Amino acid sequence: MRDALGAVQSVLVLGGNSEIAISITERLVDRRCRTVVLAVRDPLSPITATTADTLRGRGATTVEAIAFDALASESHSDVIAQAFDRFGDFDLVISAFGVLGDQETFNNDPTAAAIAASTNFVGAVSSSLAVASRLRAQGHGVLMVITSVAGVRARADNFVYGSTKAGLDAFAQGLGDSLVDSGARVVVVRPGFVHTRMTEGMKPAPFAATSDKIADAVVAGFGKGREIIWAPPILAIVFGLLRHLPRSLWRKVSAR
Amino acid sequence: MGWGRTAPTASDLRRPTSAIELRRALPTASARGLLARGLGRSYGDAAQNSGGTVIETTDVDAFTIHESVPGSSTVLVTAEAGASIDRMLHALVPQGLFVPVTPGTRYVTVGGAIAADIHGKNHHRKGSWCEHLESLRLQLADGSVVEVGPDRDPDLFWATAGGMGLTGVILEATIRCPRIGSSRLLVDTDRAPDLDSVLELMSSGDHAYDYSVAWIDLMATGRSMGRSVLTRGRFATAEEAAPKTGRNTFAYKAGVIANTPPFIPPGLLNKLSIRAFNELWFRKAPAERRDELQTIPTFFHPLDMVGGWNRIYGPGGFLQWQFVIPFGTEAALTQIIGELSKAGCTSFLAVLKSFGEGNPAPLSFPAAGWTLALDIPTGVPGLGPLLDHLDDLVAEAGGRIYLAKDSRMRAELVGTMYPRLDEWRAVRDRVDPNRVFQSDLARRLAL
Ligand SMILES: Cc1cc2nc3c(=O)[nH]c(=O)nc-3n(C[C@H](O)[C@H](O)[C@H](O)COP(=O)(O)OP(=O)(O)OC[C@H]3O[C@@H](n4cnc5c(N)ncnc54)[C@H](O)[C@@H]3O)c2cc1C
Repeated sequence: MRDALGAVQSVLVLGGNSEIAISITERLVDRRCRTVVLAVRDPLSPITATTADTLRGRGATTVEAIAFDALASESHSDVIAQAFDRFGDFDLVISAFGVLGDQETFNNDPTAAAIAASTNFVGAVSSSLAVASRLRAQGHGVLMVITSVAGVRARADNFVYGSTKAGLDAFAQGLGDSLVDSGARVVVVRPGFVHTRMTEGMKPAPFAATSDKIADAVVAGFGKGREIIWAPPILAIVFGLLRHLPRSLWRKVSAR
Repeated sequence: MGWGRTAPTASDLRRPTSAIELRRALPTASARGLLARGLGRSYGDAAQNSGGTVIETTDVDAFTIHESVPGSSTVLVTAEAGASIDRMLHALVPQGLFVPVTPGTRYVTVGGAIAADIHGKNHHRKGSWCEHLESLRLQLADGSVVEVGPDRDPDLFWATAGGMGLTGVILEATIRCPRIGSSRLLVDTDRAPDLDSVLELMSSGDHAYDYSVAWIDLMATGRSMGRSVLTRGRFATAEEAAPKTGRNTFAYKAGVIANTPPFIPPGLLNKLSIRAFNELWFRKAPAERRDELQTIPTFFHPLDMVGGWNRIYGPGGFLQWQFVIPFGTEAALTQIIGELSKAGCTSFLAVLKSFGEGNPAPLSFPAAGWTLALDIPTGVPGLGPLLDHLDDLVAEAGGRIYLAKDSRMRAELVGTMYPRLDEWRAVRDRVDPNRVFQSDLARRLAL
């Protein structure tokens, strides 16, 4: 059960190799989370094994990896149901999977763009709905959906990614509203530029942060019961302004 | 949700209006179990059952005051589980009777009082609520109804006392209610400049009073750390009360005189406003006053005068942290209070009291020693780790946290703090092998 100060006891991570999600989970384990289930494409991969070891080292008692393919929407209900049946209630489910992709490539390969959109949006829709139905049944729990500031305003150099996150963000907010009074909640996390494997070699945007910094902001916002968490928090103000720039100006600002 | 408004969950809520309806609710329990709930005055998740069934008993609230037996200092009262101390007092006091134990609020039910084995300002003399029961009627997981008491299936009786609703649905109880001389209390007040002096005052003088409690200012630091106002008293006789009550010896009026406004700006209570309040309150207390006549609501239930006060903490809610540690571990008490003061833990006056001996109930909270209770808004930075650390100090000193108020302790510590937990579990497993009775507290702490 989630306690009065936002500490949880069990977490399911969809996209269990996400560095942001792992950093968040590490902090939750430090507080008192004991069960962590990592849903990943390949449960036997070395990277997942390393994550599991780290989490155990920090105090988690049950750490398991299960197979999850974001593109296989038709499997999501079963995979999620099995996880809940096997491990019991989840106090928190983090939906963290997604691909960034390269806009140049997408421009020349529309099929690749469609696959990215399916992963980031379609797969998140099917898995989130499956999670929501289990959270509703248990009468408590939080689904944390990681979107991106890239979805707040689309940009010429990553609008495929940005638009999938915009769709996901809108979906998550609506899902959250539909869960009012069910005991379950949705929290939307909007990180800015994060230094991770996903962004390696890219030029950092202003207010770029490490996944540790992002995770600190997320855990703080989560503890306070926030429904939308900007990470770092300053981005709430920055994007409050950027959102309203005239398009001609936005094109200049966002061009890098 | 609980009184602290912190971790609400959803469930299928039933509100039976008669004892028969109450008993019919059990067989319809959902897969996630069932829990009885009273007035929801437990602070955390004790009266929640997420995704399961919750039966609110507050409409099943009849009670009978039995004929008094000549020569007996008490009168028996048989009350349904949903009867509140508030309603009972309106009937009892005019007849010269009182409840054996009252918590800091009169808005608790008989069922909730049993399930938490509540204590009051008279614990050092009279023990806790369940020590004043003749018997209780309990509906078990299989639907059967049993009557238990200290002499009838004592294991089940004491497992239900403080059992947080997990042994069955309490339907009814017979309580020994004491006689009082009037509806006024004769109260002595002492202002203590620091922790040592208040502990000394209590150790040396509590035995002379029926009721005793100290309000302690946890925001005072340095030499004033632990400064307190100690109020102690007993019920006045008819003659003593006469200047206030006239011939109406048992006059009793209790109500809500103000309500909390619907909108509270977040952060209304902050370090400065609370510090200022505590300062003012300490200064206005008399250094020493004797034989002041006070009413029952003023002495026992001052918070009840403001309706919905739990909302003043704003949308984030608040929690209460209450522990008891044994006499002889005053060093730990001083350390804990020191750390709370140092952390600038924004808290309105906290309550300090000395407890008498505990009772045979494995999960009953009170035990001989010092108990401290404080409200803290959840927004205080670093609160989680601070309280975890203080829990450890409590456990090391051989103390424990009060489950009825808990909303955040670690499951690992329950067995240390309640060393007879396994004994309690054995009884619970006997009467409820399939875990029909469930609560969020039980899930969180793996009871
Ligand atoms: C302002 C304030 C001051 C307080 N002061 C004190 C104090 O001085 N001393 C003290 O001991 N406590 C104190 N408390 C705590 C309070 O007394 C307990 O939490 C009490 O249990 C609340 O009773 P309730 O009817 O509201 O029960 P709830 O909060 O509704 O339920 C509490 C527990 O009782 C169980 N329960 C309720 N009814 C039944 C039933 N019919 N059958 C089986 N289980 C049942 C529930 O399942 C739950 O586990 C205080 C609380 C507040 C808000």
